[in-house]
Amino acid sequence: MESLSNKRKVIESKPLNFWERIYLPAILHGLSITMKHFLFKKDVTVRYPEQKREFSENFRGMHSLKRDEDGRERCTACGLCALSCPAEAITMISAERQPGEENLYREEKYAAVYEINMLRCIFCGLCEEACPKEAIYLDGDIVPADYLRKDFIYGKDKLVEAPLNQ
Amino acid sequence: MSIFYFIAFLSILFSVLVISAKNPVHSILYLILTFFTFTIQYILLNAQFLAIVNFIVYMGAILVLFLYTLMLINLNKDSEPVKSNMVKIAGVLGGGCLLVVVVASLKAIGVSQPVLLKDPGLGLVKNLGKVLFNEFLLPFEVSSLLLLSAMVGAVLLATKDPKTT
Amino acid sequence: MGTADILIKFALILIIFLISLVIAMYSTYAERKLAAFFQDRVGPNRAGPFGILQPLADGAKMFLKEEIIPTNSSGFLFIVGPSLAIMTACIGSAVIPWGQQLTIGSHVIDLQVTDINVGVLYIFGVVSLGVYGVMIGGWASNNKYSLLGAIRAASQNISYEIAMGLSIIALLMVTGSLSLKEIAAQQHGWHWNIVYQPLGFLIFIICAFAETNRTPFDLPECETELVGGYHTEYSSMKLGFYLFSEYINMFVSSAVMATLYFGGYNFPFMHSLGLSANWVTILGVIALFIKIFAFIFFFMWVRWTIPRFRYDQLMDLGWKTLIPLAIANIVITGLFITFLK
Repeated sequence: MESLSNKRKVIESKPLNFWERIYLPAILHGLSITMKHFLFKKDVTVRYPEQKREFSENFRGMHSLKRDEDGRERCTACGLCALSCPAEAITMISAERQPGEENLYREEKYAAVYEINMLRCIFCGLCEEACPKEAIYLDGDIVPADYLRKDFIYGKDKLVEAPLNQ
Repeated sequence: MSIFYFIAFLSILFSVLVISAKNPVHSILYLILTFFTFTIQYILLNAQFLAIVNFIVYMGAILVLFLYTLMLINLNKDSEPVKSNMVKIAGVLGGGCLLVVVVASLKAIGVSQPVLLKDPGLGLVKNLGKVLFNEFLLPFEVSSLLLLSAMVGAVLLATKDPKTT
Repeated sequence: MGTADILIKFALILIIFLISLVIAMYSTYAERKLAAFFQDRVGPNRAGPFGILQPLADGAKMFLKEEIIPTNSSGFLFIVGPSLAIMTACIGSAVIPWGQQLTIGSHVIDLQVTDINVGVLYIFGVVSLGVYGVMIGGWASNNKYSLLGAIRAASQNISYEIAMGLSIIALLMVTGSLSLKEIAAQQHGWHWNIVYQPLGFLIFIICAFAETNRTPFDLPECETELVGGYHTEYSSMKLGFYLFSEYINMFVSSAVMATLYFGGYNFPFMHSLGLSANWVTILGVIALFIKIFAFIFFFMWVRWTIPRFRYDQLMDLGWKTLIPLAIANIVITGLFITFLK
């Protein structure tokens, strides 16, 4: 068949000559290559828990619930993040802000319980996009491993940013 | 001497197990043990070369091939061919004849002289080689010719006929 | 033979046994570490400094893991398989001369467990017996992959034994003795057998790779085709025994190669150093172990370089190349001996 792209290459497979057929020179060549790696090449690995490679700017890691400039929680428990989540990893229970709690919560409604199941989460970042209050960002580290399934359901204790001035 | 009787007892025991074992693979494994006891007997006679050759050739090669072929056989009960009554009768007759011969030979039994080696170093490699290539040169060469013809036969069987392919 | 001599022999056996186990243990570590270095990685480095305790951790893991005996396996043979494998691996070291004689007080200690008249053939017999562990284990597992692995092991070992035996015959024509002690003693100074038998050594080392089931001939446990080969169904320390026996085999065959072709405990300028006999012996043992470690390193180096052979290539190499080459080697050696000596 005529090649349409003119990229076709006809490869000639010549019969092996004597030195190629006894394999040994090729084996010695291979051994010298591996020896070169053994002696001279530097390791390409990173000793992970102690050393960390820098994340790229758009890396999506663990979620964090942000505070505003006065240290109040931004989240208003609107549920848009849970709605947008394709993996249905987010649940929350909302509560009304009581008088005297204005320094804790920015809006009149806040999330009393906010849980993300890290085993379900696919780190797509749709919650981040859906949030109208800029309250959730996936700017954290890699989610660490754990032994029990229940320990992968992260509550507010792990998700909310540390308060200011601490 | 007591070692000899113990080992001899073991060889007889294992060879009885070879024919009485239900599973062919088990019977091969008993055969291996039987040959191993033979090896020990050779060592007791100071026939080191014979012992080691028995070890290599029988235990290490021939029985491996036996085991190899047996592994490929379907050992299910339902694939076992049904033996007809004729075969069973023939088996009983054959076994009976063998029994008669054994009993008859038992009648002529007598205590043999204990085996005494005239030359204890005979079984060592050097002496054995000298004996084989001087005294027994002709039988040795004839048997090697026999092996050669068997080898040629195997090659002939294995090569494909160019016409049929 | 007095009681003291028997005790000394017993201690020697125990020491050799322990050394081969420890070396096998640390061969697993060396294998992983060397693999890492060949591939520009670091290798195990968590257990202890540089991961030096890794073999202990692996051993503890092997012992503590759940032991599974498949329902449809032949129970007794399933246990016999790995036991045979490790036993045949261990008894090979009995005839290797680890050094010359040590003189302590009035006792002259031979650093060899037993010097039998047919040492080379003994090694050969033990090697040929080694395949039973694999075959019985593979058959008793009652698993297709295990059976295929066992069959591959059997045919591979038998095919390569022939070439190995033929290459040894050429060596024996040079040495004129079957006793390993004598062969080692003959190679005093620079008269190493590798000089007289380069082709024989090449054939022998290729066969040694095949007999120990190391890459490029590790078809019995070929993961890509046979899951785990003959040890697919094995778990816990029984699997550990199979893996261990491979490393002990590697150690013993390295020792055999060092003894047969590389002068054994001999090292250059042995007697011009002006040391006492005991010191020469100790240095000789060290020299032998350096040679053994070099061979083990070579085994691993090849493993991380050459890909696995295909089965028909393996058989082609064994029957159509190595056996004719070995026979040619015998003929050439015979001609040399007849006309030049």
